[in-house]
Amino acid sequence: MAQLQERPASPGTPVGHRLKALLYSQRLAPYFFIAPFVITLLAFWAVPLVRTFVMSTQSVMFGEASFVGTDNFERLWRDRIFWQAMYNSARYMVLTLVILIPVPLLLAVVINARLGSDRLKNLFKASMFIPALTSVVVAGIIFRLMFAETSTGLVNQVIAWFGADPVRWLRTDLGGLVALLALATWRYTGVNILYFLSGLQSIPDELYEAASIDGAGKLRQFFSITLPNIKPTMVYVTTISIYGGLAMFLESFMLYAGNSSPNNQGLTVVGYLYRRGIEENDLGYASAVGVVLLVVIMAINLTYLTLTGTFKKESR
Amino acid sequence: MSAPTTTTTPAPSAEHGTGVPGGRRKYPLPRAVFVTIQSVFLVVIALIVLVPLVVIFVGTFQDGGEIMRSGLRLDVDVSSFRFDNYVMLFTDSGLYFRWFANSVGLTLVQVAGTLLVSSFVAYGFAMYDFKGKTAAFIAVLLLMTVPFEIMMLPLYVMVNDLGLADSYSVIVIPFLAASVTIFFFRQYFMGIPKELLEAGRVDGVTEFGIFFRVVLPISRPALAAMGILNGMVTWNNFLWPLLVLRSAEKFTLPIGLNTLLTPYGNNYDLLIIGSFFSLLPVLVLFLCFQRFFVAGMTAGALKG
Repeated sequence: MAQLQERPASPGTPVGHRLKALLYSQRLAPYFFIAPFVITLLAFWAVPLVRTFVMSTQSVMFGEASFVGTDNFERLWRDRIFWQAMYNSARYMVLTLVILIPVPLLLAVVINARLGSDRLKNLFKASMFIPALTSVVVAGIIFRLMFAETSTGLVNQVIAWFGADPVRWLRTDLGGLVALLALATWRYTGVNILYFLSGLQSIPDELYEAASIDGAGKLRQFFSITLPNIKPTMVYVTTISIYGGLAMFLESFMLYAGNSSPNNQGLTVVGYLYRRGIEENDLGYASAVGVVLLVVIMAINLTYLTLTGTFKKESR
Repeated sequence: MSAPTTTTTPAPSAEHGTGVPGGRRKYPLPRAVFVTIQSVFLVVIALIVLVPLVVIFVGTFQDGGEIMRSGLRLDVDVSSFRFDNYVMLFTDSGLYFRWFANSVGLTLVQVAGTLLVSSFVAYGFAMYDFKGKTAAFIAVLLLMTVPFEIMMLPLYVMVNDLGLADSYSVIVIPFLAASVTIFFFRQYFMGIPKELLEAGRVDGVTEFGIFFRVVLPISRPALAAMGILNGMVTWNNFLWPLLVLRSAEKFTLPIGLNTLLTPYGNNYDLLIIGSFFSLLPVLVLFLCFQRFFVAGMTAGALKG
């Protein structure tokens, strides 16, 4: 088919001739178009990834690499701080899921209800979205200083209204976690609202009309119509939240003004990778941390793409 | 957005939800009560969400050392406000405006480059059938979801091995063919009628000419949405520049601001007001082009 559409090249020098044929070739054009992606894929993803796997089986110190087999992984398995970092990341991921799915969904349903003024709702959406525009650096600086441990810090003042004593937020495990979750909730609620809203708005009106004719109440409609119909959005938001949570690093890095926190309470898997690889230059060991994280995240990824049938759709 | 796209959210007026047509009997209380509750609820939440921004704005009028000691707060005596920080920012802020200019320049270059390269790639995926397309596109989808944090170590090692640290090219080039942007443009291009391409071919335009002269000019909404998304991401980008940049006069704003966050608190005047001013460009853009932000930020969702 492609050959039939090939334009007859106009006469010229053999080189010009061939170049011209090239520019008009519908068979070759796509390869030129996707070439920048393929080069990026190879140079900045495939090669570094292979390198990570290779380094994870090596001991790399001061530029000297020697093969050590699964030694790094065995050390990792017995590394208490690694497991603590895994626990911190997993805990953060689960808690962000618990907050950042129901809360934005509820807010999206409230905005989507055929009630109230559109102006107010648009203003609301805009102000919810603004935190997503801030860099993690600025957001981290603000939250670090709002969660100051003195009684004059904003958050301590707020809890004082309710009769609570000042909390030394970032010095305690639970306090630090609360600050971290507050930061995440602040930055991502607005974006998740947008995701859910676009999901909600794709549900046809007729479904609700039919249900209410059948006498289904609001709550019933939410569980039997709304929830099943926003499943794709739900799966998407869950998946990005899972790997966003597992790979969290900068929020903690900014909140604690660096990669060290009391008793490593803010240390995440990526934070540990950063510490071993970039701060301590132990590339082999840090690569092993990276491989573990990559395996976990790719497993989640493939599950997601399979669940949504992406592979089937794309191969059609 | 008048041109075809599958990822934009419907217009705000296209609302439906839990409302029942003429369903007054469904409400035991008058409708006005619900509207009032809803309005108060939304206003209160919106105000809470804006507090961190108000608090840092208030902080720009305070002494940095005091903020370091007592944290950011709202109950500040307005009569004690001082403009010293503003004077300092515009007269003697060290490298701050150097960092600002670096960020502006880097953002412009990155956005222009990413739009060009990523739309170019997306056009290949959207308009042609070719061998290996499925595999290549699955790679795009996978890369959309691999967090950069995993790649940072090997890329960092690579940059050091090649002696390329402290250069902007290393920050820009790996992200020119950006998977989310490619995905968004592909969706957009797939909505463009193929007849347009055929018309170009009949007129004797090359395949690349069709992309540059026929398709790109009618893709302004997609370019705007992705330009804004990439601009925001680049402006806020922190981790990779943190690893690459070494010399203070090359720092971008986030990197520079981060260096001010010292335990001694000697730079808190600049830290607070500098942080506040770094928010302004994105905020202004957002207020002018809100719909493009929304289209860009939800680009990854609703695939398939």
